[in-house]
Amino acid sequence: MKNRMWINLVMAILVAGLFLTVSCAKKQIVESGTIENQAQVEAGAKVKAMTDAQAEAERIKQQKLDDQMAAQKALLASKASADKKRFGNQDVHFQYDSAELSPMAKMLLKEKAAWLKANYTVAVTIEGHCDERGTTNYNLALGERRAATVKSYLINLGVSASRMNIISFGEEQPKDFSKTESAFRKNRRAHFSID
Amino acid sequence: MFKHYIRKLIFFLPRINLAIFVFVGIALGLLSPGAAFSKDYDYININNPFLKKTPVAITEFKAFNGHAAEIRDGKTAKQMLKDALNYTGYLKAINPVAFLSNPADTGIQLGQINFRDWTGIGAELLITGGIYENNGRVKLELRLFDTFNTKLLVGTAYSGSRSMIRSMIHKFCGEIAYALTGKRGVFNSKIAFVSTVNGKKEIFICDFDGENIKQITSDRSISLSPSWSYDSNWLSYVSYKRGRPEIFIRKLKGKRGAIVNFKGMNISPAWMPGQLKLAATLSKNKDQEIYLLTIKGEIIKRITTSWGIDVSPDFSPDGKKIVFTSKRTGTPQIHIKDIESKRVERLTFNGLNNTSPAWSPDGKKIAYVGIVENKINIYLIDINTGIPIQLTMNQGDNEDPSWSPDGSMITFTSTREGGVQRIFVMNASGSDQRRLLNMRGRQTQPDWSN
Repeated sequence: MKNRMWINLVMAILVAGLFLTVSCAKKQIVESGTIENQAQVEAGAKVKAMTDAQAEAERIKQQKLDDQMAAQKALLASKASADKKRFGNQDVHFQYDSAELSPMAKMLLKEKAAWLKANYTVAVTIEGHCDERGTTNYNLALGERRAATVKSYLINLGVSASRMNIISFGEEQPKDFSKTESAFRKNRRAHFSID
Repeated sequence: MFKHYIRKLIFFLPRINLAIFVFVGIALGLLSPGAAFSKDYDYININNPFLKKTPVAITEFKAFNGHAAEIRDGKTAKQMLKDALNYTGYLKAINPVAFLSNPADTGIQLGQINFRDWTGIGAELLITGGIYENNGRVKLELRLFDTFNTKLLVGTAYSGSRSMIRSMIHKFCGEIAYALTGKRGVFNSKIAFVSTVNGKKEIFICDFDGENIKQITSDRSISLSPSWSYDSNWLSYVSYKRGRPEIFIRKLKGKRGAIVNFKGMNISPAWMPGQLKLAATLSKNKDQEIYLLTIKGEIIKRITTSWGIDVSPDFSPDGKKIVFTSKRTGTPQIHIKDIESKRVERLTFNGLNNTSPAWSPDGKKIAYVGIVENKINIYLIDINTGIPIQLTMNQGDNEDPSWSPDGSMITFTSTREGGVQRIFVMNASGSDQRRLLNMRGRQTQPDWSN
């Protein structure tokens, strides 16, 4: 309660003060010209405020644009890196004891060809892999044929042969070590690694 | 068919006491009356698939000086002998509790043995041994008797340092094998293989019985497909140590060697019998073909010319033909090609996946790997009849057959214990399948030397 009283008192003094200043100003002699000037000044101020506001709006707009651009750039960059990741992660799969390309493998290779053309400075190694069935030497040979088939398909799609190396790892580097049909499927693959 | 009993004395060091030499020579010579007769039959035909094991009695070694070290080494030597003979798969050591007499006490020479004590317990063969040991130098006197014919079949003496007892025993086993089968057996042979015991696949070698394991490569890459030269001085193998599969040709002693590094793949090396040349699969002309190479890795000639995978060559014992895996007919099958006449024959017609052929030392059969309904097993096919028999079944996946030099056994890889690849041996008839090595990691691709 005591605090409230003090606040009220201070407020009262301030309000009284305001009235005093206003009354002081009124006491001054003011010519009409000055009044006009005053109006001009006021108008000037108004214009300035408007242009300021406009500039601010402009700035905000620009900022928004910049932000958008940056976002777009980031998006593009992330898409490029996602594409690159996809290029590296998506393996081409094969049937058992086969180096022939399935329709799905061909679709994936078309995507890879597009990426390789868009990223024309990149060189890649195509690794041929097999599942564990079959003997070491036979699978080395089969893995090389898988990699070679993939390479020649990409050459047909317009990718330069000089950008693609092939190597076979046979059954030496399985992706999935379990002895299930699904693991074997994963392991029969051509894998792309960017040099 | 052979005519000679083994009477020679083999000494490891030339500076052996001449007196002992003469003594032993005379003693064994006198005690080898059987040598006067010529033997015109083989005791044991190791190619017989229904081979019955011949029971052999191996007696305690007589310790001539009788001191503790001598007695102990005599026991060790006897155990080594027993292990080695049991390993053959055609001999079986009789449990000593059945023995009726002890030649270590009554005498280990021909005139001192009562053969009825041995025929009476079913021992068709008897081995006696004696050991002299002085200051770390050992002499072993070893004899093999035919109990039913009361004949000395082998009598030899060996001397050397204590550390040579194992090789003395194995030399004696070689003489036993020669007397019984006409072949020196496996006792001087080694097995090369691939192991991941230290993480990456590296090449190792060991003795025929899995002892004395030695690491050959330390490339920390992928090493594969070891192959022995006929003289067991050279090894070839595949390594990725320089980034892609290349064939390394290496002399085990010394630093000589070569690298086969044609463009593409260089895999699947196999030495020729009797010559320092190799066959291998190269993909330098895109299509994988088998070539004949010099020991320096230069191409002598191309052997196969058919489109499709051609891999896993192995020579016939006369070196004139190769057996190999080819996909020329659509599925991998075993084929034989005459290198000169270029005639090719398909050998396997059963199943859709037959690979990894190994030509038997007698030239008559091929061991190979067949996959039927996802089961990987080792088969044996007679070249003349074309009839395959299955050697492994219902015990994991079985691959990589390789023949022992005498053709009595086959080593191979199996996943039968815990699903992990390990090296096994079996008799060529498929009997007595047992693990060879007790090592961590995976062991694969055994190759048996001569």
